[in-house]
Amino acid sequence: MSADMGMPGPAGVQGRSGAWHSPCFALIVSQPGEGTTMLAYYAQLGFRSLRRSPVLTALMIVVIGVGVAAAMTCYSVFRATSGDPIPQKSSQLFIAQIDNYGPDPDDPGADPMPWITWRDALALKHAHRALRETALYPIGASVVFDKPGQLAWPVRGYAVQTDIFPMFDMKFVYGGPWSVQDDEAEAPVVVIAEDLNDRVFGGANSVGREINLDGKTFRVVGVTRRLEMRPRFFDLDAGNGFGDLGEMYMPFGRAIADGRNPEGGNACNKPSAPGWDNFVRSECIFVSYWVELPDAASAAAYRQFLRDYSLEQNRAGRFHWDPNVRLRDVMSWLAYRRVVPPEARMGLVISVAFLGICLVNVIGLLLAKFMRRAGEIGVRRALGASRRAIYAQFMLEAATVGLAGGLLGILLTGLGTLCLQLVFSPVVAKLAAMNLSLLGITVLVALASTLLAAFYPVWRASRVQPAWQLKAG
Amino acid sequence: MNMPIRPILSALRYHKAGALLIAAQIALTLAVICNAAYVIHNRLDRMGRDTGIAESDLMVVNNKWVAPPTEFVTRQVADIAMLRALPGVADAVATNTMPLAGSGWRSGVRLTPTGANVGTRGIPIVFGDEHLLPTLGLKLIAGRNFQASDVTTMVENGTPDAAAIILTRAFADHAFPAGDALGKQMYIGNLGAHPSTIIGIVERMHAPSLDQGDDKTWQESIIVPMRMTQRGMLLIVRAQPGQLPSLVKRVPEALKTFSTQRVIPQPNGVLTFQQVRDRAYKADRGLAWMLGGISVVLLLVTAAGIVGLTSFWVGQRRRQIGIRRALGATRRDILVYFLTENSLIAMAGLIVGVVLAFALNRWMMSEFEISRLGLFYVVTAILGLLCLGQLAVLGPAMRASRVPPVEATRTV
Repeated sequence: MSADMGMPGPAGVQGRSGAWHSPCFALIVSQPGEGTTMLAYYAQLGFRSLRRSPVLTALMIVVIGVGVAAAMTCYSVFRATSGDPIPQKSSQLFIAQIDNYGPDPDDPGADPMPWITWRDALALKHAHRALRETALYPIGASVVFDKPGQLAWPVRGYAVQTDIFPMFDMKFVYGGPWSVQDDEAEAPVVVIAEDLNDRVFGGANSVGREINLDGKTFRVVGVTRRLEMRPRFFDLDAGNGFGDLGEMYMPFGRAIADGRNPEGGNACNKPSAPGWDNFVRSECIFVSYWVELPDAASAAAYRQFLRDYSLEQNRAGRFHWDPNVRLRDVMSWLAYRRVVPPEARMGLVISVAFLGICLVNVIGLLLAKFMRRAGEIGVRRALGASRRAIYAQFMLEAATVGLAGGLLGILLTGLGTLCLQLVFSPVVAKLAAMNLSLLGITVLVALASTLLAAFYPVWRASRVQPAWQLKAG
Repeated sequence: MNMPIRPILSALRYHKAGALLIAAQIALTLAVICNAAYVIHNRLDRMGRDTGIAESDLMVVNNKWVAPPTEFVTRQVADIAMLRALPGVADAVATNTMPLAGSGWRSGVRLTPTGANVGTRGIPIVFGDEHLLPTLGLKLIAGRNFQASDVTTMVENGTPDAAAIILTRAFADHAFPAGDALGKQMYIGNLGAHPSTIIGIVERMHAPSLDQGDDKTWQESIIVPMRMTQRGMLLIVRAQPGQLPSLVKRVPEALKTFSTQRVIPQPNGVLTFQQVRDRAYKADRGLAWMLGGISVVLLLVTAAGIVGLTSFWVGQRRRQIGIRRALGATRRDILVYFLTENSLIAMAGLIVGVVLAFALNRWMMSEFEISRLGLFYVVTAILGLLCLGQLAVLGPAMRASRVPPVEATRTV
């Protein structure tokens, strides 16, 4: 390829007189080789061209920056709320639903309620058809102190069975889970989370020590690491999975025996007689039942087991309807319970549409910018520049705009994520905060969308006929 | 003056791409703008609802007793008696929920012992005694308030089938469309519930939750004269005028002095009703701001795009403009030419935009609890975008109209 000539001078009918700086003919004497030297030269041309029409360039950068920032801010919330809380196991953990309400006459195929009864939970546990399994319901307790004048501390936690600790990959700082015998004996033991251990025991190894919950003495058997998983897939009734982190785990049987009310959702199809024991033994539902099934075959078998169980209850005269059961893994459970706030989903849709409009805008602006230089392109083509060379040059110019837009986008996204607290709960806002990966994605999206927008204008630029331009000029 | 539509159309064929881009941008902008405006309006509407209570004098303590269940009711009665005697307190009541509190208890309600439920999702039940109406400042429009003798204690897991109940007007009219609810009976909760006689109707009280949609269910509640046997209750205090700021500090202190065997969560255990309201509508307000912001920027971007492309066209056609001027076209003709050209492109975009707007609305209806987009929003957005287009094109068009006829003779 012969020497290339940059001609950012007034050429062609497109030139508005006076709009350009003094003509600057730059004849490149050296033979630019293939590769980096050429690219550097195009970058230089691009940069010069951007400086030539600062208003148009600034406008494009702002449009890309604003569009990308809006989309990225909304995406950050979406990403934070739609993430997989336990990626290594989410496809092996399932929640069982059994219909004890009967079909809704308006919607016969509808999903059963999200909870099951105490008696069904006990029956499933007794059948023991899963690798690991636990009944679970959220509870509240008060940590009571001997000190006079000291108010009790509220603490949230879960009534669970010991399988939960390996099931949900909970790590222990001190001690470990309670035993299966403790579950059966309804032993007064607890596992507490690091934070609670810090507050009550000053962070010391509290295994074997006692803690007073609502006037009853419990023995601490283990201290777990802070369990950050969000959304709280096993506790969606509190803040839609973004409520308080539970800090205490108590044997399921002990919580039932102590009359600890469910602090999550509960519902009664048929009324229960007065008193906690009657509530527990009624058709009222409040227990979540989680099972670990290592593969598809065991999941299918378990689903069949639930159907059989439901059918059995039907035959026994308890359910008067066909089995209606569900077995969902973590991600489909989160999707079914619509954990992503509607504001986040709506924001994402609107802001992506907004980014789309910004891109259409950038296409137009780039087209105007490039076609204004049809004369320059004509001259370069006439002097031997290939279409590919023109392509590379203008793409590089667009990429420069995209990069600048991305940098502005980072700034605005940072600003946007700071404002998220105005819409979302502090927990969600904190999860959606700016981080390195969001930063990278922002630049990438800006660059990719600018290049996408540049395709058509660049193609048009590369189609400029050298002869026609020269004649017209 | 005749509109030079034909020549404009044939000229447009030479910059199809630019015209298409502007039209596409206007179409997308229309679709987004009117849906955003619709959502904003819905949310603002919801925020403007009258709760029916004396908001400015109310505060609430989210209190849990540390005691065996058998003592819950005595603790509740003792706490409330203490609060009512506190200087600066006009009245106080213990209840399970209140307007905008977020959560509550819904129960099925029937007009006959075994009939169908009124409403599909159950009706919110608000527990309280004869002080509930005066504390909240609810306006009784028919019948009477509860008396001390009406107040009973609901057993654990019981059913709220009080003998005497008070309804909100919205629910009374829903259950008894003839408007004769007073004195009638209904059955709340369990099959086998005792009949409840409607002894009073209050004008308005917002339900505990913010219902989506446009229906009137947000005004439907039942008030029962019962004390719940429950660990956690809301202690609502109505301050005497001007006393609220000091009570926000004094009430929790008084409770703590009275008995430490309780839990008041930190933070948010003690809130003025204004704070309850702010928390309840946070997402609505935030979404309205966000969509509003995006809409404004979107209009600016669209305008900027039109200015940019039109300027480019004007620059491209200086010579042609000069020729037209030399052939006798007035400045006004040139101005009209560009304005007409823009309105033609805009109209094409708007037609597509209307289809897109309803398609987007349809999708949002299936995903979110949103009703059909009102025509008003579409028409307003169309007119707005037409004006915006004309305004945006005005600058470049004026510049075009100032191109001197002599330009025709220049070949640069």
